[in-house]
Amino acid sequence: MKKLEQKELIDLLRQMVLIRRFEEKCAEMYALGKIGGFLHLYIGQEAVAVGAISVLRPDDYVIAGYREHGHALAKGSSPGKVMAELFGRADGLCKGKGGSMHLFDKARNFLGGHAIVAGQIPIGTGAAFASKHRGTDQVTLCFFGDGAVNQGVFHEALNLAALWRLPILFICENNRYGMGTSVERATSITKLYKRADAYGMPGEAVNGMDVLAVRERVGLAVELARRENTPSFIEAETYRYRGHSMADPGTYRTKEEVEEQKRHDPISLFRDQLMAGGVLGESDWKPLEDEVRQIVEEAVRYADASPEPPLEWLYTDVYISEH
Amino acid sequence: MPVITYREALNQAMREEMRRDPSVFLMGEDVGVYQGAFKVSQGLLEEFGPKRVIDTPISEGGFTGVGIGAAMVGLRPVIEMMTFNFALVAIDQIVNHAAKILYMSGGQYSVPMVIRGPGGPAHQLAAQHSQSMESYFYHVPGLKVVRPGTPKDAKGLLKSAIRDNDPVIFIESELLYGTKGEVPEGEYTIPIGVAEVKREGRDVTIVAYSKMLLLALEVAEDLEKEGISAEVADPRTLRLLDTSTIVESVKKTNRAVVIESGAGFAGIGSEIATIISEQAFDYLDAPVERVTGANAPMPYAKNLERAKVPDKARVIAAVKKVLAVS
Repeated sequence: MKKLEQKELIDLLRQMVLIRRFEEKCAEMYALGKIGGFLHLYIGQEAVAVGAISVLRPDDYVIAGYREHGHALAKGSSPGKVMAELFGRADGLCKGKGGSMHLFDKARNFLGGHAIVAGQIPIGTGAAFASKHRGTDQVTLCFFGDGAVNQGVFHEALNLAALWRLPILFICENNRYGMGTSVERATSITKLYKRADAYGMPGEAVNGMDVLAVRERVGLAVELARRENTPSFIEAETYRYRGHSMADPGTYRTKEEVEEQKRHDPISLFRDQLMAGGVLGESDWKPLEDEVRQIVEEAVRYADASPEPPLEWLYTDVYISEH
Repeated sequence: MPVITYREALNQAMREEMRRDPSVFLMGEDVGVYQGAFKVSQGLLEEFGPKRVIDTPISEGGFTGVGIGAAMVGLRPVIEMMTFNFALVAIDQIVNHAAKILYMSGGQYSVPMVIRGPGGPAHQLAAQHSQSMESYFYHVPGLKVVRPGTPKDAKGLLKSAIRDNDPVIFIESELLYGTKGEVPEGEYTIPIGVAEVKREGRDVTIVAYSKMLLLALEVAEDLEKEGISAEVADPRTLRLLDTSTIVESVKKTNRAVVIESGAGFAGIGSEIATIISEQAFDYLDAPVERVTGANAPMPYAKNLERAKVPDKARVIAAVKKVLAVS
């Protein structure tokens, strides 16, 4: 992979900070009652989406589960439109009909947030099938959590992708808990990347708190997929700082464990790394934070200013054609 | 007009649509090399090759999802369920994903796919291979559900389904594959969402589809000999139900009997009876009668199987009841 320029490195940092601040703002907006329903925050896992998606071309596909705000933002979705969607407003990415768990952005080939655990895995496999069928060299990144690897369609999709040699990466974001159940309590083989062996597919773990490590590992696999139609399985070892959703009391893990994990924070680590390498100056950090804060504030203003969807929309988009 | 089987009609529909549109492909268990469990895809592998006629492992949830993803990005998959009973394994993909992606995405992503295969009672296939599956799907906004009863309808509706931009559940029948009927020469389609009066009559409207349509037509012949003139209305499409054809028929005959092969509770008969009472109550001379499958799983034994499924005697009894004759 080519070495990144200073600007590109700082951009990776900026994207992670944007997702972090965006998600913190979401928590705030949830507390104010502006966001309802289930809200699953991506805080702690930013390096995975940002590192992985940074190697893609705009025409490559991304599909994810319900903790997908970060993936949408990393794929280039407008923060204002994402926030408006979370507010349930007409100018939201999906006209306010999808909500936090169902962000879709067709203009950016973001195939959605899907909220049945593992449901998106065969669908992503279908996008990869279509790329190969049509002879394009588009690659699909399919993101899911550690909780998804025990669902039937996970195994079905991996088998199909390996059998038919489809250009897809299965990226398992192992944040150690499927809601409140730890990997150890849920999965017989806790090194999840080993699941790939069963399908004759390359499988590897990567430090999901290290954005450059993710980028490098995913970059190699994307090239393999693009050039040789070889699917891969990548387990990104990561951690979510917040509860499963806003309703999570967190009784299944200790405060000490969470604090210990925060010491490996992907943003602090990368910022310090860039500063130590002279890529980012001491004085560059605050302007970057200010810039991001402004984007997030503007997103909230945009969402607030957007009207509720008109009632007629209840019945639109059910069918393309009714006759 | 040429007379062909229901099976050949479906085969022609797929063949013509695959010739017409290179984005159409067929995927399912044993659809290619084996030529289809019921030979509906006979010869398609030979004509279109393995890239467009794709044998899958036994993995209904997986390959249905593959169809959804492929449809989202512009292909037109025809997914074959070897029998529709197996669609239950894929029901999360169908109900939570295929049916809702257009809505959840605010109209951005459509899912132009057909999921087809045989359903309904067959011969001694017992509880897991012989059930009327349409009720699981016609409840779901976002799906279209089609159940053709004749070769002509099977061909015309399958062609429409393949061209449709929404997900279509297309349920055939093992018991109909070998039945024959006239099919127009050359290109034609039959629109989804349009019912057809298959036989005109004055005294009673019998509503029936798929294999039960054939039963209704037989019953109507028999009743004619007794001086009873029965009209037979075939909805053909169950979601995007053409209510006006049914209601207009009932306004003319003033009496209705609805037949369905599935267990009756919360079945399509309940829905149609409700629609008739909402829209034609003042025209009714008798309460709507339902003739349904028994509220029990499908048994294996021949005599029990016969008792499970609506038959001529029960339909005739229902017609005579609404006509108050004995």
